[in-house]
Amino acid sequence: MEKTRQSTLSSDDYRRLYESLQRIRCVEERIAEIYPSDKIKSPIHLSIGQEAISVGICDNLNRDDVVVGTYRGHALYLAKGGNLNQFMAELFGKTDGCARGKGGSMHMIDMSHNILGSSAVVSTHIPVAMGYAWRLKQQAKGQVIACFFGDGATEEGVFYETLNFASLHKLPILFVCENNGLAIHASIEKRWSQRNLLSKVAGFGIETAAVTGMDILEIHHKAGAAIEKLRSGSGPQFLECHTYRWRQHVGPNEDFDAGYRTRDEMAPWVANDQVARIAKKLDEGVRAQIDSQITGEIECAERFAEDSPFPKTQELWEYVYAD
Amino acid sequence: MPTNGHRLLGYAGALLEAVDQEMARDENVITFGIDLDDHIAIHGTTQGLQEKYGKDRAFSTPLSEDAMTGFAVGAAMAGMRPVHVHIRQDFLLLCMNQLINMAAKTHYMYGGQLKVPLVERASIGKSWGQGAQHSQALYSLFAHIPGLKVVAPSNAYDAKGCLIAAIRDNNPVIFVEHRLLYYTEAYVPTGSFEVEPGTARVCAEGNDLTLVGISNMVPECLRARELLAEQGIHVEVIDPIWLKPLDMATILMSAQKTGQLLVVDNAWTACGMSAEILACAAESGLTSSGIGMARMGFAPTTCPTSPSIEDAFYPNPGSIAAKIYSMVHPDKPPWQPDPDRAKLTYQSSFKGPF
Repeated sequence: MEKTRQSTLSSDDYRRLYESLQRIRCVEERIAEIYPSDKIKSPIHLSIGQEAISVGICDNLNRDDVVVGTYRGHALYLAKGGNLNQFMAELFGKTDGCARGKGGSMHMIDMSHNILGSSAVVSTHIPVAMGYAWRLKQQAKGQVIACFFGDGATEEGVFYETLNFASLHKLPILFVCENNGLAIHASIEKRWSQRNLLSKVAGFGIETAAVTGMDILEIHHKAGAAIEKLRSGSGPQFLECHTYRWRQHVGPNEDFDAGYRTRDEMAPWVANDQVARIAKKLDEGVRAQIDSQITGEIECAERFAEDSPFPKTQELWEYVYAD
Repeated sequence: MPTNGHRLLGYAGALLEAVDQEMARDENVITFGIDLDDHIAIHGTTQGLQEKYGKDRAFSTPLSEDAMTGFAVGAAMAGMRPVHVHIRQDFLLLCMNQLINMAAKTHYMYGGQLKVPLVERASIGKSWGQGAQHSQALYSLFAHIPGLKVVAPSNAYDAKGCLIAAIRDNNPVIFVEHRLLYYTEAYVPTGSFEVEPGTARVCAEGNDLTLVGISNMVPECLRARELLAEQGIHVEVIDPIWLKPLDMATILMSAQKTGQLLVVDNAWTACGMSAEILACAAESGLTSSGIGMARMGFAPTTCPTSPSIEDAFYPNPGSIAAKIYSMVHPDKPPWQPDPDRAKLTYQSSFKGPF
């Protein structure tokens, strides 16, 4: 299977996947470096280690397809093509931020790329995606929405309410569960009576697939197949991707001294790092060129964020109500 | 009063006409809720909409208030104008996360990139043993939240005008309907019109006291006013209509004229609309000019079902009139109107079970 899937991807495809993976990894590592300076006064939930899910799925989406995600949403924003300058300015709390300094790390939005923001209250965005999908279905232009959430979100009642209604009306939603096995610091063993999430979802008549090995090519392939089905009107699709969070729940650091998990537990996931894996598929020269381009983009975004002014006091009162 | 193009129309019919006219005018308007398309049709307020506009624009939902409110928020973000209907406001407690964390916040926390033009219709009610979980008026919870608008029309004219305004508004609006008012009629224009946010109305003029009633308390206050007129007391009755944004200017102007202000809420007084109105009045300097202020509302208890104690739970024209008499004539002995004459016909004709 792996061979077949790989053969369907061209060198341009690998180049594109690597560029997106590497951009997210480098941006987040840079955020972690900047964070102790207190220039970013916003709680950050880094995606480091989980990038391949957003990248593998968004590579199958068109610009007019929609995504919505969670407070651990930097990867999704960047993978869908969100503006990096505005992203960095938002982290710095500046007026040129994507949400004008009113959203911060947990509420990144770029509607010019159909990035429908992200919610900090777990699972709150899931039915919102369903409402958006209703509109997409009515418009019948073949657009879809991909809704990303963690394993913890599947414990909320609204998750099941949404599965039911989305299936009843065959709405064009790709549900993506990024299962990193942790809700803040609580393992699934403490939370789930039944381990098989997909059988619960399938009970609603929704087609499901899983990627257990954090393999971007498998994610890319299965997401592509699911999205094709969505476009042909076959109703919601569900993709569960097992993954691992390398850093703290919130904050820039590792947290293996906290005692709820061990570095050994992470080791196989690091050995399976998809950024390094896809990097190896590129010629050294191509890779160096991409790396250098991304370094430049990040420097540029930091300068943009530094140079942008803080919002004026008057801006506190703007956008409370829409005109 | 009847003018050209006006005719007598019931409150429920006015709500139906408003949403019907808006659905005809704008294909982005959709309406949905539990039991929206059954034989009761939310007290007739959604009657025939599905036949006219199809199942994609008017439909019943599963008993999933939380998800369906999120659905409404998402549809609104995508450019639709959803009107989400609930038969009881008590059930809005299942929607609070979506309404407060998402609907109210979206425009602001995304720096204006999205807006949520959404209407949440929900009825409140009293009498016939509605009891603890079928009688609550929770609008002050919503009025507390920046980003939400709240309206509680007290008559058929405002019901139509406010619902049209709410549907056209680019913000989430909590639309509060008192169930007993469904049986009242008023002169309502046949055409489209808006009663815009932040518009209060002086319903009846007077010089002795300013009486602010909310929702169903407006007709109760108007009846109290009639009873007081027989005692030579002339009360000015104000209907705020929109609880957020609140038209304090109209209330203050009246209170400055009359020198007395009584707010009668169709809800508990603690941290509620009566507290808000009196606080705004105090901050405006009314207190220092010696203006008397008081408020009435539900008893600070849970609503019971037995008529003998349910009656004591609510303010009524008799208790309102008695309160006003004591405010206007603090030196005279207390006065109570004849309880039979304090009853409102539209209320005494109401029978259960729904």
